[in-house]
Amino acid sequence: MDDALAKKLRVLADAAKYDASCASSGAPKRKAGKDGLGSTTGAGICHAYTPDGRCVSLLKILLTNYCLFDCVYCVNRRSSNVQRARFSVDEVVTLTVEFYKRNYIEGLFLSSGIIRSPDYTMEQMTLVAKKLRREHGFRGYIHLKSIPEASPWLIEEAGLYADRLSINIELPTEESLTQLAPEKSGATIQHAMGQIGERIIEAKAEKRRFSPAGQSTQVIVGADATDDSAMIAKSSFLYSAFGLKRVYYSAFSPIPDASSALPPQAPPLKREHRLYQADWMIRYYQFSAQEVADATDGGMLALDVDPKLAWALKNRHLFPVDVNRADREMLLRVPGLGTRAVDAILKARRHTTLRLDDVGRLTSGLKRARSFLIAEDFRPNAMSERLDLRARLAEPAQQLSLF
Amino acid sequence: MGLGSPHRNHPRSPAEGRGVSIVALSPGADLSGFRTAARRLIATGVSPEHVLWQIGEAPSLFGPTEDGQPAGAPLSLPRTVAALIPMVVPHRDPERYALLYALIWRVTQGERALLEVASDPLVHRLHLMRKAIGRDLHKMHAFLRFRRVGDGEPERFTAWFEPDHHILEAAAPFFVDRFRPLHWTILTPEGSAHWDTQALHFGPPGRREEVPEGDGFEAGWRDYYESTFNPARLNLDAMRAEMPKKYWKNMPETAAIPALIRSAAARTAEMIERPPQMPTKRDPIKAVAAMTDQNPTSLDELNAIIKRSEPLVPGATQAVLGEGPLGATIAFVGEQPGDQEDLQGRPFVGPAGQLFSRAMEEAGLTRSDAYVTNSVKHFKFTQRGKRRIHEKPTAGEVSHYRWWLDRELEFVGPKIVVALGATAVLALAGKAVPITRNRGPFAFGGKPFAGFITVHPSYLLRLPDEAAKAEAYAAFVNDLRQVGRLAA
Repeated sequence: MDDALAKKLRVLADAAKYDASCASSGAPKRKAGKDGLGSTTGAGICHAYTPDGRCVSLLKILLTNYCLFDCVYCVNRRSSNVQRARFSVDEVVTLTVEFYKRNYIEGLFLSSGIIRSPDYTMEQMTLVAKKLRREHGFRGYIHLKSIPEASPWLIEEAGLYADRLSINIELPTEESLTQLAPEKSGATIQHAMGQIGERIIEAKAEKRRFSPAGQSTQVIVGADATDDSAMIAKSSFLYSAFGLKRVYYSAFSPIPDASSALPPQAPPLKREHRLYQADWMIRYYQFSAQEVADATDGGMLALDVDPKLAWALKNRHLFPVDVNRADREMLLRVPGLGTRAVDAILKARRHTTLRLDDVGRLTSGLKRARSFLIAEDFRPNAMSERLDLRARLAEPAQQLSLF
Repeated sequence: MGLGSPHRNHPRSPAEGRGVSIVALSPGADLSGFRTAARRLIATGVSPEHVLWQIGEAPSLFGPTEDGQPAGAPLSLPRTVAALIPMVVPHRDPERYALLYALIWRVTQGERALLEVASDPLVHRLHLMRKAIGRDLHKMHAFLRFRRVGDGEPERFTAWFEPDHHILEAAAPFFVDRFRPLHWTILTPEGSAHWDTQALHFGPPGRREEVPEGDGFEAGWRDYYESTFNPARLNLDAMRAEMPKKYWKNMPETAAIPALIRSAAARTAEMIERPPQMPTKRDPIKAVAAMTDQNPTSLDELNAIIKRSEPLVPGATQAVLGEGPLGATIAFVGEQPGDQEDLQGRPFVGPAGQLFSRAMEEAGLTRSDAYVTNSVKHFKFTQRGKRRIHEKPTAGEVSHYRWWLDRELEFVGPKIVVALGATAVLALAGKAVPITRNRGPFAFGGKPFAGFITVHPSYLLRLPDEAAKAEAYAAFVNDLRQVGRLAA
């Protein structure tokens, strides 16, 4: 690999790293053909982890970090002094294929700054995906970041080659967008999401290939004043209105050459983590956005306990729950029991009566769960009444350190 | 899990039914040896506490012909149990066979649903073992790194990997599925796998030194790894939980880790403390203004976009664009180009198009004065012998193309738009509308032109009997006359 390309790679990987959506999951299972490289496994694979604990699954790069937009939170905004670079279409194709052959990556996640026009940029990105699929028979994973300002037909063409399309809403409210991302409009973004959502549903029904792994989005946490209840309400709306597969929460992180309008600070990682847990509650544990909001303190999720535990602590009258009798919905609300544990409980209790030790073999969260459940040989009476229960279950108040 | 202690050392056949049966299996994941032995033991009713499982260099003592005993019949096990066994056999725990046999024993002794009781200590332990194998396989698929051998063609790649368990054979098919067109070799301390684009071979153990010392893309990969790391989010526990240190020595990018960790705090502090800078680049005011001006401003520009676009369903020769003068009073919208249209690149030139022209003439309309186009711009067909049989576009395809149709009609600016057939109605109205009941003037909703619904001329060609055909044709001509009057 020559030096010039390596240098571009450094610039354009650095410029892309603030996008959290790394997943390579959800694509239909594919295998390499005689002359085509690549496969997808359904669940996705993380090929490495960086010291920030994040998964390296796809080659996550920008086609270029030149950008005409001026979004205040963004390292690539046009008024930033960062170093700029631009890949050619062929360079991205080569990097993807050669990295893939060495088993470094699952595929490509391509995004771009807006150059010339949204349409031009979208066309160039789609061209990369098209070349990979057509000229190299590439069957690995391709995630394209769609540009909501691009013409609808270009967004739709991208879906022919990509496994996943995503459009980042970045800021959850229209006011924040106006203030921090003047070239963006919430209406345009939602319109494009709606369009992609419709096409995905139609294609599924007609058994055509169109962004088979669905669409996702990213929201920045901590760049504006939106509270957690509003964040989760927004996500809940996005899941139901556009059939999104995932909403990613990205703690606003210090960037080189930050704008004076948004001074850098340590990223709110704990808050980001709690938002993912709350998101999980609405996607997998059948909580409504309102119930999540009820578990917050004035709109913000507690940092010392996870939101499901916070909800249970506020609704103690519903507990303890009998693991041998309760229905699935109620079991899912027990802190420390995940969907797998609940399904295992439901299966096992058809054949046996569960004691506390048995439950301990089905979940790794027994410490949290035991105050909220009844097993054949166990009642938590004294425990669940205790006023200091929260303090006993809270995670040690340890500031996530930068060192 | 107790194995029972051997009372006597010599009985080797379970057929004796007393004392301890010793089963010796090959090292590694001896699935077939275990299967054979388990069948025998179950067939002769040997309970788990009377079996001693040994792993050694000697081949399985229960090979099908070895001691003249008939092989036990295949065991009928619940599917989940049958699926669990090969996922546990590669585990390096020497107790694996004893545990699996205990499971089989209990399942065949009446506890058919045992595996559903995940809280049972035996089941729990087997689940943990299965999970460990799943993780080991997953990590091998994830963390193995190929290096190119030499620079000749075809390209050859080699990798060295050290799995925790005996999983090479279980792990190899993943690499076949993924790297089928490449020649590759995976070396491990226990064995090797070789793929030559046709067949998979397993061979003797390899050595790390057999893998080339480097690869032309490794530095670039390390560059990528370093650049995608965000120093403000340092979280070493999360990294080590998912990528334990034992894997690092065979992953070239991990050499960057110590320096990334060392510099993270200073890099973050620098970003936070550095006062905001004035932009030094010029403000590209003109480019920013021009950016929003991307929409096609003429029919020609729009047509150029349509021409270079990709057909939604592959196969069409070319996009077939609309035809007719800008400012035409009447626009006709058909379904999609047919065989002839696809070849000639013009709308309504095939048999239906000819019939359409004739009907227009009879209705007193001049075809060249009207604008004629299709809802879908590419031909879709199924090949039957030498013939390409037209295939109706799906609703999804119609909506893919509707953007263009809308813009196209905006540029042409007709007074009235005639939908020929159901597909055109769907494209213009955005929803299915029954044609027979709505034939005639029709409001498509939110459009700056009057609407009209009639049949597609190809419908007239398909009618089987001549009388019906003539009648339908007359009705079609009548519709066109009415359109002419409405447009006047």
